[in-house]
Amino acid sequence: MAQSVKKPEKKFVDIGLDEGAARLTTDMIQQVISRVLKGETSAYLKAYVDTCVSCGLCSEACHYYLSHDKDPYYAPVVKVKQTIWEILKKKGKVSPEFIKKASEIAQTECDLCRRCAMYCPFGIDVADIILIVRWICYMLGVTPQYIQDIANSYSVTMNQMWIKEDEWINSLQQQEDEAQNEIATLRIPIEKEGADIMYSVISPRPEFRAQFIYKTAVIMDTAGVNWTMPATPGPDNSDMTMYTGDNEIMGRVKKTHFETAMRLKVKKILMSECDSIYDVGNKWLGWKWYPIEIVNSIEFYYELLRDGKISIAKKFEEPVTLHDPCNVDKGSALYKMARYLINATCKEFVEMHPNREHSYCCCAGAGVINCGPHWKMKQMHGSKIKARQLAATHVETVIAPCHSCYGGLEDVIRHYKLGMNVRFLSDILYECIEKPRVVIDV
Amino acid sequence: MLYSNCWNWETGTRLVANTGNWKAKFEWVEEPNVSPDGEKIAAIVKIGKGEFNVCVNGKIWGNHFDRIWHTRFGPAGRLTALVSQKGKWTVAVDGNAWKNSFDYVWNTIFSPNGENIAATIRQDSQYGVVVNDESWEKMFYDINNLTISPDGKRTAAVVQTVAFRKGDIFKFQEGCYTAAPDGKAWDRNFVNVWGLAFSPNSKKLAAEVRTSLYDYTVAVDGALWQDTFSCVWAPVFSPDNKAVAAPVRVADKWTLAENGKQTWDRKFFQLWGQIYSPDGSKLAAIVAPKFGKWTIAVDGHPWITTFSDLITDVVFSPDGNSVAAAGRDKGRWTIVVDDQSWKDTYDMAWQPVFSPDSRNVAAKVGKKEYYTIVINGKPWKHYCEALWNPVFSPNGNKVLIRAIENGKYYRRVLPITKI
Ligand code: SF4
Ligand code: SF4
Repeated sequence: MAQSVKKPEKKFVDIGLDEGAARLTTDMIQQVISRVLKGETSAYLKAYVDTCVSCGLCSEACHYYLSHDKDPYYAPVVKVKQTIWEILKKKGKVSPEFIKKASEIAQTECDLCRRCAMYCPFGIDVADIILIVRWICYMLGVTPQYIQDIANSYSVTMNQMWIKEDEWINSLQQQEDEAQNEIATLRIPIEKEGADIMYSVISPRPEFRAQFIYKTAVIMDTAGVNWTMPATPGPDNSDMTMYTGDNEIMGRVKKTHFETAMRLKVKKILMSECDSIYDVGNKWLGWKWYPIEIVNSIEFYYELLRDGKISIAKKFEEPVTLHDPCNVDKGSALYKMARYLINATCKEFVEMHPNREHSYCCCAGAGVINCGPHWKMKQMHGSKIKARQLAATHVETVIAPCHSCYGGLEDVIRHYKLGMNVRFLSDILYECIEKPRVVIDV
Repeated sequence: MLYSNCWNWETGTRLVANTGNWKAKFEWVEEPNVSPDGEKIAAIVKIGKGEFNVCVNGKIWGNHFDRIWHTRFGPAGRLTALVSQKGKWTVAVDGNAWKNSFDYVWNTIFSPNGENIAATIRQDSQYGVVVNDESWEKMFYDINNLTISPDGKRTAAVVQTVAFRKGDIFKFQEGCYTAAPDGKAWDRNFVNVWGLAFSPNSKKLAAEVRTSLYDYTVAVDGALWQDTFSCVWAPVFSPDNKAVAAPVRVADKWTLAENGKQTWDRKFFQLWGQIYSPDGSKLAAIVAPKFGKWTIAVDGHPWITTFSDLITDVVFSPDGNSVAAAGRDKGRWTIVVDDQSWKDTYDMAWQPVFSPDSRNVAAKVGKKEYYTIVINGKPWKHYCEALWNPVFSPNGNKVLIRAIENGKYYRRVLPITKI
């Protein structure tokens, strides 16, 4: 394959990287790397190095590579060569400047979308390797400022936006008020022990995109679901610390989340529209899979409609397209369910191409969007292929069943002036379903 | 057990309230709460536009409020609610709002004897604690992890003492949080503080602390254990107040430390939820001896029975000779007592309850949309729409069952032989 050429993006100042690296010495680096790269991690990386034949077949999978006109610098294997490969070759004797660059590559040039794993003849998952790079950089204190701030927020509040306990409860009550303008008896049941379902969300700031909670509440109410939301920390189903490498906080966030569900004695956790299928936190804690069943919103809404718990009163008039989030379990039935829901609720559905597990990443989720405004242009340049894909649908509404993708797509649409708007599946359902008045039982 | 001596333990069934009728009387009825002695059932009700009240045994409080949430009975049977009037919030106890009100109030907690009631407050963007209508003198930038001492005279919370701008990751790392017993912050800050625990004599306070992004340990009254660990979980005090036990992570495995020194020689994939026996001679904890296998270890020795999903709600018997917990295996819940699981499985199981003589174990369980009580694995053949945890009589021969059946709330006292 072609040699790595240039570093095309302009340098940005990020105190997380610059000041973090300035505190390092090569000795410190070597010590930390030898601590991280031991046991299973070391065996895993060795297997990778022994398996990868540098064929470059994974390149065509990567939206960074495609968005940069196939610049080999952005090929998945090159990202690995520039980071872990070099670390292994030099047995950890690398410079602070190298670590800074490695962190930049791992956090802002790979979104952990796992698309490349499907293109590698050996099934090598570059995302897993990049996660190890992020972990090393975190252990060395060289993580981009904004995503480190997100990790700090989790450690204090157990959510990603520094939402304090009172703000969280208050925003649920405000959402309830808003919903009652429409359905006078509607409740957002807080702390209802023994409910069937705990609705977990990526905690929104009260003033920022919180309306999805009341729209979901309307759907729940209409379907007669016995549900609740917690008043304590632990409602958040996202856990971005797994993307910084802070395993201890990742575990703590997941522990709080599941313990909240256990305390409320719910049978299931309903995850708001989110593609976080990564089951890393629970595994770090010793739970083989989720200790309390987690249901993805797509599946939940699909079942409500299939089982007649909600019915469609009118169809959404405008043509819509669908963005398939990367980390919806690749190859799972969720793709089919999302299409079932859209076909049932929308007059015209236009597929984006490629789609399902081959859909292009939007640079959100586990990606560069979390590194904040310093890296906005990198996010935009990396999304060029996504923008093309969106534009080719010639529709104005894109459905994104994921909070992170929602934000990522809004950025892409704004930057590339696509004139589109983004909707959650719940937005569409909320608009289209029959909403009878429901009596609340004791 | 504290007040159960004074409760009515006469065997029989009494209809307390026809809760099913409430929804015809009120525009809106929320899920009810029941007092520990089973004599009262209460629910938030809407009586008109923007007018809420609490209905207790069919009668509403004398005062309405603009909004009410979080009704909770304390151990002594007092009923609290968080209430709002003209945009200000406070605590109402048995219908009487406290004199002081705040921008927001949440997280009501009770002392074990139920006499003291505390909650966290926000006032003018500052955070503090109110106890029996009196606020802490000092307010902070943020607050969480509120706790109350066993004697009920002290409260403590994790507080933010240093303000920092969003994104100031280096200021954050210097440490902006600490513990504040009685509203007085420890004189040292940490990156994070969680899991506060008062000693049984209410004199000491322990917390899990993070001293840098990578170092965790336990602090007792602000003084750190000598060693740091890659992670710790919440500490507990021994009944004699002398020891603090906390799970610590050493070389990627978990073990139990007491006063900073490893006290169990065995290591586990996971370990948390440790409890001392009432006499302090034993320590039990939830452990994962292997990845994906959960059980209880007593003094470091894991049980043979394991659960694939989880174990929770661990409890020692009053005599300290038995341990019980709720567990979930392949999606089904059951109760496990001294390494023996009950043979039936359930959709849900609540924390098991030992009789005062330690001879019997009861638990609330759920199947489909019904609930019942199970004693020593034997179910009570009644299927209730709503049910609260069973309570044994002081002599252990009877059990109090608080249940809603066919829209009616009954208080029942049954000899345990009737189950
Ligand atoms: S995981 Fe995604 S972003 Fe990362 S290298 Fe592979 S295709 Fe590119
Ligand atoms: S990761 Fe797989 S596809 Fe990519 S270069 Fe290596 S062997 Fe080839």
